[in-house]
Amino acid sequence: MSVGAQLKVIRAADFDPASDRYLDMDCEVVAEWLCAFLKDEVVRRRGFSRVVIGLSGGVDSSLTAYLCACALGSEAVVGVRMPYRTSSPDSLEHASLVADKLGIECRTVDISDAVDGYLRTAPDADQRRRGNVMARMRMIVLFDLSAGLPALPVGTGNKTERLFGYFTWHADDAPPVNPLGDLFKTQVWQLARHMGVPDVIVSKPASADLIVGQTDEDDFGISYARADRILHLLLRGFTAERLIEMGFSADDVRLVKQKVDSTHWKRHMPTTAMLSSTSINDYYLRPVDY
Amino acid sequence: MHIEVAAAQFAPSKGDYAANLETVGRVLGQLEQSGTPPDLVVFPETALTGYFLEGGVGEHALSADRVFTDLLTTYRTHVVRPGAVVDVAIGFYESRNGHCYNSGLYATLTSAQTPDTEPALRHVHRKFFLPTYGVFDEERFVARGRSIAAFDTRLGRIAVLICEDAWHSISGTIAALDGAQIVAVLSASPGREFGSDGIGNLRRWDRLLQALAEEHGIFVVYAGLVGFEGGKGFTGSSSIYDPWGHVMARGSAIEPCIVRARIESSDIGLARRATPLLADLETALSDLVRQLEALGARMDPGGGR
Repeated sequence: MSVGAQLKVIRAADFDPASDRYLDMDCEVVAEWLCAFLKDEVVRRRGFSRVVIGLSGGVDSSLTAYLCACALGSEAVVGVRMPYRTSSPDSLEHASLVADKLGIECRTVDISDAVDGYLRTAPDADQRRRGNVMARMRMIVLFDLSAGLPALPVGTGNKTERLFGYFTWHADDAPPVNPLGDLFKTQVWQLARHMGVPDVIVSKPASADLIVGQTDEDDFGISYARADRILHLLLRGFTAERLIEMGFSADDVRLVKQKVDSTHWKRHMPTTAMLSSTSINDYYLRPVDY
Repeated sequence: MHIEVAAAQFAPSKGDYAANLETVGRVLGQLEQSGTPPDLVVFPETALTGYFLEGGVGEHALSADRVFTDLLTTYRTHVVRPGAVVDVAIGFYESRNGHCYNSGLYATLTSAQTPDTEPALRHVHRKFFLPTYGVFDEERFVARGRSIAAFDTRLGRIAVLICEDAWHSISGTIAALDGAQIVAVLSASPGREFGSDGIGNLRRWDRLLQALAEEHGIFVVYAGLVGFEGGKGFTGSSSIYDPWGHVMARGSAIEPCIVRARIESSDIGLARRATPLLADLETALSDLVRQLEALGARMDPGGGR
């Protein structure tokens, strides 16, 4: 180095709040892992040879069907379309597309009469209540089919909606096995593309389809991509202040944190009053597979 | 000295000691039939019950003597060749003096007609570092072991570490300073941190085990559980490292299997002469101990400073 010359400086890149690199996955490994999980949980531990999945035509239930067919074989998967009379025709069509692609049995149970029959007793029910009734009716159908077939209901909820409380308690979250519950929505999209879920399903705006024209991201007020980047760090203990300092929008951070903080109860079983020193799940602790 | 080592990984039946003991017996029987019976077989942490028992630990914890006796009986059921001998290291929940421990025992097993070698329970290691964070809750259900030590075997000096023990580099350092030439690491590692470059805990294990072998010039035999317990899947990947830190054999992250290698104990000398870090450490040890004692004195009893 000549006298007076300056040393070359190599500086670490600044954090990029628009980067998804922390959410990227080796989808081959994840798919293999989730298939092993399904085989173990459905067949070995619970002794079922078939599963039943509510097929909404959306990416979560489609990916769940693909994983189950991969793990257990197409003949072991029953898809159920459960439309209400206002459901989008696209949803039904996309559910059929998945069933056809996978070669799985597909049933259709129209829940309109059952839902409307109850709602006649609650004519003033608003859209939120009506949506909850639909979701709970679908749960009833799924569990009744489970008993009749028999087949184990497999859940389809993803981590983002679980953290946002964007589901109906004791409905969408009721199935005893869930392969996607620790994947953020953007990771569900990654894995769905890897597994070959049709692009028309992966690329369409996500919707609970409980209200005509509804989309998840409109309901949230934030895109899944922005939400997942924040959730990923919030769950690792990064404070809201730190995230804002790192370049995330303060409004986004506050919105995401508020949704998580206000919905812890939805991710738990009912609260039981403790009276003894043998209170179940407080003192008396046994794992689910014990 | 050539030593045939093996690490066997399987998914235990939850809480079914008899079934898991039988699995161990079948593995030892299979290896006996392989044409080159191993000298040492390492099984994973809690292989005889499964890992996540929570409050059920006390219902399944057994004395080390009882487990040794049962292992010997099982071995003799599956291996009848006169003169057959194998050393095993295996994880189990131990009941001792009214406490439960997450333990690993090391024993020499012999067939019924092996007059020259006495079967023996040679050592019990009680897990020293109990993970109690995130998905782990060990300190709630088991007591902590109080020592890490190497011990003499017919195959040389060996030490047993259990899972998080090996995540602290000081554990391997103590084992190596105590003369261990082979460190058996028994593990039940739930898969997590799935990223673009694979499974996070596996990447970390590979770094740790490679460093453990390479720093001290020792062989490392790692046995990991496989299978799922309540949605948490164990990442197997049982493996054998040479004293230069190279992986000699590695198993699946999902499927049960046995990994095997023929190791040559004189390789330890070759590796240590090329990079005599352990000798350097021994020379500097008294200074380090003084520093550690001073640091220990500055820590408050709660572990803070």
